[in-house]
Parts: sequence; structure tokens; C-alpha cells
Amino acid sequence: MSEPQLAPTIGLEVHMHLATRTKLFCPCAVEYDAPPNSRVCPVCLGMPGVLPVMNEKAVELAVRMALALNCEIPDLAKWDRKHYYYPDLPKNYQISEYDQPLGVGGWLDVDVAGRTVRVGIIRVHLEEDAGKLMHAEGGGNYSVVDLNRTGTPLLEIVSQPDIHSAEEARAYGEALRQLAVYLGISRGDMQLGQMRFEPNVSLRIGSDAAGRPRYTPISEIKNLNSFRSLERAVAFEIARHREEYEADPEGYTLEKLGKTTRGWRDDSGLSFLQRSKEEAHDYRYLPEPDLVPFMPDRKWVDELRASLPELPAQRIARYIAMGLSAEIAQALADENLIGQYFDDLTKAVARLSKTSGDWVSTRGNKVCHDWILQHVRRTLNEKKDDMGEFRSKMPAERLAELIQLVEEGKINRNTGVEVFNEMYAANKPASKIVEEKGLVQVADSGAIEAFVDQAIAANAKAVEDYRGGKKASFGRLMGEAMKASGGKANPQVVKEILLKKLGG
Amino acid sequence: MALSREEVLKVATLSRIRLTGGEEERFATQLSAILEYVDKLRGLDTEAVEPLAHALPIHNVLRPDEPRPSLAPDQALGGAPERAGDCFKVPRVLDEDAGA
Amino acid sequence: MNLTDLTACQWRDALREGRTSSREATDACLAAIERLNPILRAFLSVDADGARRCADEVDRRRAAREPLGLLAGIPVAVKDNMCTADGQPTTCASRILGSWRAPYDAHVVERLRAEGAVIVGKTNLDEFAMGSSTENSAFGTTRNPWDTERVPGGSSGGSAAAVAARMVPFALGSDTGGSIRQPAALCGVVGLKPTYGRVSRYGLVAFASSLDQIGPFGRTVADAALLLQATAGHDPRDSTSVSEKDQPVPDYLAALDEPVLPLRIGVPREFFGAGLDPEVEAVVRAALAVYERLGARLVEVSLPHSTEFAIATYYIVATSEASSNLARYDGVHYGRRSSDHADMIDMYMRSRAQGFGDEVKRRIMLGTYALSAGYYDAYYKKALRVRRLIRRDFEEAFRRVDCIMGPTSPTAAFRIGERAADPLAMYLSDVYTVSANLAAIPGASLPCGFTRAGLPVGLQILSDVFTEDRLLRIARMYERETDWSGRAPPLAAGPTARRGGAA
Repeated sequence: MSEPQLAPTIGLEVHMHLATRTKLFCPCAVEYDAPPNSRVCPVCLGMPGVLPVMNEKAVELAVRMALALNCEIPDLAKWDRKHYYYPDLPKNYQISEYDQPLGVGGWLDVDVAGRTVRVGIIRVHLEEDAGKLMHAEGGGNYSVVDLNRTGTPLLEIVSQPDIHSAEEARAYGEALRQLAVYLGISRGDMQLGQMRFEPNVSLRIGSDAAGRPRYTPISEIKNLNSFRSLERAVAFEIARHREEYEADPEGYTLEKLGKTTRGWRDDSGLSFLQRSKEEAHDYRYLPEPDLVPFMPDRKWVDELRASLPELPAQRIARYIAMGLSAEIAQALADENLIGQYFDDLTKAVARLSKTSGDWVSTRGNKVCHDWILQHVRRTLNEKKDDMGEFRSKMPAERLAELIQLVEEGKINRNTGVEVFNEMYAANKPASKIVEEKGLVQVADSGAIEAFVDQAIAANAKAVEDYRGGKKASFGRLMGEAMKASGGKANPQVVKEILLKKLGG
Repeated sequence: MALSREEVLKVATLSRIRLTGGEEERFATQLSAILEYVDKLRGLDTEAVEPLAHALPIHNVLRPDEPRPSLAPDQALGGAPERAGDCFKVPRVLDEDAGA
Repeated sequence: MNLTDLTACQWRDALREGRTSSREATDACLAAIERLNPILRAFLSVDADGARRCADEVDRRRAAREPLGLLAGIPVAVKDNMCTADGQPTTCASRILGSWRAPYDAHVVERLRAEGAVIVGKTNLDEFAMGSSTENSAFGTTRNPWDTERVPGGSSGGSAAAVAARMVPFALGSDTGGSIRQPAALCGVVGLKPTYGRVSRYGLVAFASSLDQIGPFGRTVADAALLLQATAGHDPRDSTSVSEKDQPVPDYLAALDEPVLPLRIGVPREFFGAGLDPEVEAVVRAALAVYERLGARLVEVSLPHSTEFAIATYYIVATSEASSNLARYDGVHYGRRSSDHADMIDMYMRSRAQGFGDEVKRRIMLGTYALSAGYYDAYYKKALRVRRLIRRDFEEAFRRVDCIMGPTSPTAAFRIGERAADPLAMYLSDVYTVSANLAAIPGASLPCGFTRAGLPVGLQILSDVFTEDRLLRIARMYERETDWSGRAPPLAAGPTARRGGAA
């Protein structure tokens, strides 16, 4: 009965939307901002006479994720109907997988504040999402249903109860998301509700006479859709179980009270009872007669397994070993194609720089990840492109060329950014753009001296201020001199000459 | 296998069918008779027999992930008994997860 | 002779040879329907305008020598559990669908249209195809054209009656436990249930998904073959429809007149046991004797699980799947919604209570029970094991024989109302037919005579999976020796008709 024995025991069910173009059983497009009931068809509406047909991409993504989670892929997977009545579920059953899922028995190593926690995975399976039931606007006495989301492919990942704190639960959820995004399984967009969490929480209360573990009742919290609410809800439940148990150690046990279902109110930070043990659903699972079983070809599975890229954890470790900070390593490893691009870029830069000096060995990595984390990411956001499209418009070799031009001083950094943008828009190599626009940096001291003289002459006040101790005016004069040069002057040389002329 | 009125009521609720008047008893009698008949199967030894769920040995039927046009909302909602704008209208649902 | 006495194949020839037009054919059928439907109630809806438009279009195409389909210009009827997007309702003979109109055509309906058939209307059935008499229709029962005090059989009673009464030359029905074959027997026409997976179920309102199949009714074997030809084949929208690669669709008509010899006919002792009407037995045995005269050999076989155990298995498997397939009818997104409900759950409960008939309610509840927690293994899973035993019975039999024959139905048509009070007695009408659905094999019923009271008797022929072509040839062998299809029910004889005689 003492504190240390009340060990939180948490299993997590995670649902994530797959990055397919169409729904699981029909060719309606999966779109998140479509007008209500505009992405539906007789099949996902559950009209009389319709039949489901399985989406091959969904199966592929599901198996890839299962493999990345170290799961076994059984020889036969089958589909089942899970029955319950609800207005957002048009057929009043959900097609899911009950006892023969696509993947079983894996694990995920999760980094929790420096520790590694291995969370076992019981199973991975596919199922269809339901629609959206919403309350009437203006508080009318009715609810409304939008079925666009009905049929969206969901991957359900069920963990072993290997999680022992709210912090671990969150870390596990985040690690799953990162892995899924990394592999292109899901976009992991939390704002769009693409991930949902259902933790099962109980406390271990020691062992019985035979040494078997005893637990408080298990509470399942439904439909948490952010990491924050996941962490808060789990922490709340741990504390609530503890309180309940301490108030009634004899009665508050799993044998007596079983499993309950609770909802979570994020605004008040409280959970509430939804269903007790007695009211549990009877889903009346039925093997889905309209779909045939899936028997994966072993060679196909092996090929998928072999095609898995270096996973985030390994990549981060490799980058840290290269000398990158943990933060930078994490940022680069966040998306598979970004890490690949970084690897390609550093190699390309190394190739180009063989003759031009040792900046590569001292600053090469930093220069590369700066360009990626600043300008590549900016471009992806601005143009709403994904990394795959970026790569085809600006292969690593081309960016390497640009970087080379900047590092060699042929163009200055600002010009470099302009050239970068132009390269992406016009799909041209850097050297061509520099040539066409005559952007080669002016480094000739004679020419630069003329620009500096121009700046000094036109900004007497700033000169006076600087000489009077106002350091900031130097920046102003630098700016003017650069402007006079059309932005092409080598800033280092401008600085040297300006300093000399100002006598300071 | 005789079904009591309570059991019939439970099954009817699970089937979302409201029974009225003498229906509970009438269905209880009829369903009990049918269940008694199908209980014949208990007499068969099926220990070593695998269930046959699918008539034909078809596997791996998949379709490509290619979008096709959906219905227009008016078509989707064409048969809706009640409608609120472009949504289906239903009586107010109080609980988030009331669909037992 | 009356135009409506022509068979579909005869129509096809007459149209090709310019002896008549599709419009004439369609008008003749529409006139027969107008005259007979008020008595028989075979049709729930008739699309006269649509049919005439379609017929005129075919005639125009024919005159312009444009390419024409297999069924070009021939009138056909469709059982009202198949979706039609032409403005006709699809009711499944139930109130629960309200005034719903399907926004899409079933695959088989698409095929009919593509082959140029003229769809004249939708036929009556037992509600959601659940029944053996068509008495479970929410819109009144269909009457047997041979004796209007009697049932036409079910669930495809409307299609069977429409063909028997010569309102249309052929029609589509669906068969889950005998719902094509049994009404074909009771109405004296040919009815065929294809191998499961031979014809797409897309657009067939599901009753029992692992058992349902769509098949043809015709007055002759050739007509049934023609309609099967037009509708068979793979459909990517039905995952359970077999691929062309695995089972290409043969030409069912090409070799139809070639007898199958040597022919070993399995005669199951279980199909001639207690419950079989002696007159029916006599007629069927006479038919078997015809086959013997043609050189076939009768072989006694045993299908130990095929009668009572099959009925028990069927009424667990089919009702379980039905309880699931019909869960969607709740008045939320389409169909009829109650108006007196207090809250949402009440809305479901009342909409379904008000919309479904008794037999549908019984089957849904049975199925729900069989699938519910604690009962699944004892009922559903057990039934699936027995299903495998039933399939094995046939596999073993087909190692020794080329086909299996027996009566389609234990009795001829019974009186309307006779079995309505005893569901179990009604279920036993299917005692010879359900095992074929459970085993997925094809089966046909062939008219083989009449009782003394003038009621038709059907001979059932079952064969191995995907052997419809051989089954049809076997049926044709008998048909050539007899002329049951030449006999018309008295009320179908129009004012200008001559009685009897083949065309």
C-alpha cells in the first residue's frame, strides 16, 4: 500500500490518418477542407447495394509502418465488421480487423529525456474512419452530420502496457508521429485531427499471493487529439486512480470494477465517465463477407522491409556523431527526404570543393544545414510544395553549386539568397543566373572604394554620428555603400575600406 | 433453446427495433422455435473442421489509389429525411460516444 | 400468335430479321402488364415511357445499321432489389426505403442497358428477399399465374410470375437460399442461380453477402442462357466477383444443343425423403427417366448435411449477415424516418420498427442473437464449420457424378396464407435449395411437369462451380424431349392467342 507500489501501467491506442489520396474502400478523394458532404459516394454513404473495395496504397503504407515498428506480417489478414449504431457511421458498422490484423508483435524505442524506453506493439491494423457529428449552430435542438471523413483510412497501433508515466506516453505518441511522417505513412497534421490517442490507464497495486500482478480498474480515455491533452489526461488519470484506490483499497480493483470508458474535457482538465463495464459495447464482430482476405506475398514484404530508409533514431545518432547538435540533428531527421537531401548536399559540396580550400571540412556541414533549415524550409512553406517536389526542382548538386559560389566569394550571401529563389522559380542552375544577371560580386578594391566614397559623401550626418560614438551608424553606411554597388560588393571588403576611411 | 421475453427485448434493443404490444411474446415464441430447430447443429461433430467464411479462394483484391469524382452534395443528401444546409440533420446527440 | 408468346431468343431473331420492331415488342409486353398486373401484382413499378424511349432508340440504331448489343430491343424485368437510376424506385418491397431513388445502376442493370435490353419495370419480392412466397412484400403478394389463390414462390415471385404469365420474356431475380429456383419451379419457368462470384453483386441490395447471387428467369433454357451471358463476368466494384483470368465467361449459347454424354446424374437420397409431396416426386422421377432414356446413368449419392442441417446452417449464416447488412436502414441518411421519436436512439428503434415487416424483424433479431457476445461460437462459428461439411458433401459427390438432380421444392405452389403463421414451415420450402448457396455451386430449376391440379413442378439440377455451360446443356437435353414451356397459364392467353404448341 505504500507509494512506490502504485506503478502507473499505461497502454496506448493510436489512430492515424494514412497519406493516401483516396478513401479506404472507395475512390472518393481524402480532402480536409472540402465543403460538407461533397466527398462522398454511394459506397461511403452506405447506400443499399454498395460494396467496399480495398485501397492498395493503404495496405502498402500499413505494412510499411508495421515493418518499421518491427512487427511480424502474418500470412493472412482478414477484415471484420464491428457493429454499433451512430449517425456518423452510415452502415452502422465499421470495417476493421478483429483477430487477424496486418501486423503483430513489434516494438518502438522511445527517447524520454535521455532514457530509452522500449514500448512493445501488440498489433497494427487498418480500419475506416467515421464521419463528423456536430452540434447545430446556434444551439438548436438537433445535431448535424458531415460524412466527408467517412471511409478515410486509419491505421490503428496498439501498444503493450509498457508505458509508465504521462511523459512517456507523450514521448511515445510523438515518436510514432515522427516515424509516420518520416516514412510518408501519414502527414501527422495534428490540426487536421490526423492523430487520435486512447490511453488505457491503471495502477499496479502489487501482487497477489501467487505473485501475479494486481491492478486498479483500467480507464480508457477516448479521443484525445493533441500531445498536450494526452499528457494531461494520463497524468490526471494516474492521480485519480491513486486517490480512488487510497480511499478504498479493498474495492478499487480490476477484478471488481473492470474497465471503464471515460471522456476528457480539455478546458476543465477533467475526465468523466462514459461507459461502465456493464454497458460495454457488444460489437458482434462478423468476418467481412464483401472483402477477401489479404495474403501478402513474402517477397513483396521482404522488398518493403529492405526499402525502409534509415530511421530517425539511427539518423539522429549518425548526425550527432558527425558533430551536429542534437537540436539540428533532430530537425534534419524529422522528415526522411530532408535528411536524405542533407546527405546528398554535403556529399555534393565536398565533391565540388576539392580544390578550393578547407571551408568544407571546417564549416561544410553547418553551411549545408543552414541553407536547408532556413531557405529550403522557407521555400516549402511559401510554395506549399513537399520535399519530393523540391528535390526535383533543385537537386542537391545545384544547391551545392550555389553554395560554392557564395563560399568562394563570387557572390555575397544576400545575392546568394536571391539566386536561390530564382533557381527554384526558373529551374536554372546558379551559374547561369549569375551570368545572365551579372551578379558576380565586386571585389575590386578600387571599385569598392568608389562606392564607399559615394556613401560617405551622401551621408554626412551618419559619418558624424559614427565618429561621435554611435556604432549603429556604421551599419547604415555599410548599407548605403552596398546599395551603391547594386548589392554586388563583397561586404568584407566594403567593411574594411569603410573602416579605414572613417578612421576607426 | 427458449428465449424469455427479457432476452427478446435485449436482442430487439441491440437490433434497434422497438417492439410493442404482444410482439415481444409472439417473437419470443417464434424465435424460440427457430432456435430450437437450428440447435440440431449441436449434434454434429465439427471439432476438426475449419469454418468456411468465404465461398471462393479469392485473395488480395485491391484497387489503385486513384481519385474519382464524388457525388454532389445535393445528390448525397437527395434521400435525406431531414437536412440542415449541406448536412444530414438528426435529433440532438447528448453524449459524445452514445452509440452502444 | 400473340407476340408475347415469343421467347427472348425468338424475339431476337424476329427483330434481326425485321419481322417486328422493338417498339412492337415493348408495347405488347406493356399491354400484357396492364391487363395482368392488377390481378397478379408481379410488378411494383412499370416504366412505360422509359421503356418505349429505349425501344425506339434500339429500332433507330438497327435501322441505321449501328452496332447492337446481345439483348437489343428485348423487354426485360428486374427484381426490385437491384438498383436502377432511371427514376424508378428501388424498394426491396419494404416501407423502410420510403421514396428513395438509387443514384446509381447496379452492375447487372448497366450490363442490360449496355446490351440494349428494354427494362420495362421492377418486380415484386419478399421484403429484402427474405421469404419463399412473396407474401412478405410490404406492397401485397404476387399471385401464381397458374392459380391466383396460390403463391408464386419467393423471394423472386414477381419475376417468376412475370415470365410465366408472359408479361416479359425474361427477367432477373436473386437467389440466396433458393429465391430464383423455387419460384421458377412453382411458376413453371426456368430459373438459374449462377456460381457465387459469377455475376457481380454491386447494386444488389444485400441480404446475405456470402450467399446472394443474381440470375436469370426465362421460359426456355436458351433464354436463361442469353440473359446469363449478358450479365456474367468480373466487376472490379465487387471484390467477390471472380476474375476473367481465373474463370473466363464461356459462350453459354454456342454449344447449348450439344448433349452431355456420357452423363452421370447423382440422385441424393436426402432429396427424396420425408416431406416430399408424392405427386411432385412422381413427376420428378418421370423426368429422371427421360434422362435415362437419353443415355444418362442415375447414381445414388448421399449429401448427409444437405437438408435439415443445411436449413439450420442457412438460418444462422444468412440471418447473421442480414442483421449486419440491414443495420444501415435507420432513417438517418435516406429512407423512411419515424416522426414520433423522443430522441436519437428512439428514432432508430421506431424507424426500423415501423419500416420493417415481421419476417425481416425476425431474421434481424435471430442474426443479432447469433452474433452476440457469448453466442458467436455456438451459433455463427458452428454454422460456418457445418458449411464446410456441406461443401465437402458436394465435392465428394461431383467426383462421382456430373450433376445432381432432384425436386426443386418439396411441394407445388401452396395457398396464399397457408404458411404465413408458421415461419419454420415456410423455411422448409427451401430444404433442397439452400445447400447450393452455402456451397457456392450453381443450380437451376427446369419445368418438368404438372400436378393433377395443374400446378407446375420443377426439376432441380446442381453442378460444380463454374460449370454453368454444362449445366445448361444438361437442362437443354431434357427440354428438347418435352415442351412444358409451350404451355401457358390460362390467364396469360390473350384475346388473339392460340393455346398450346411451341412457336
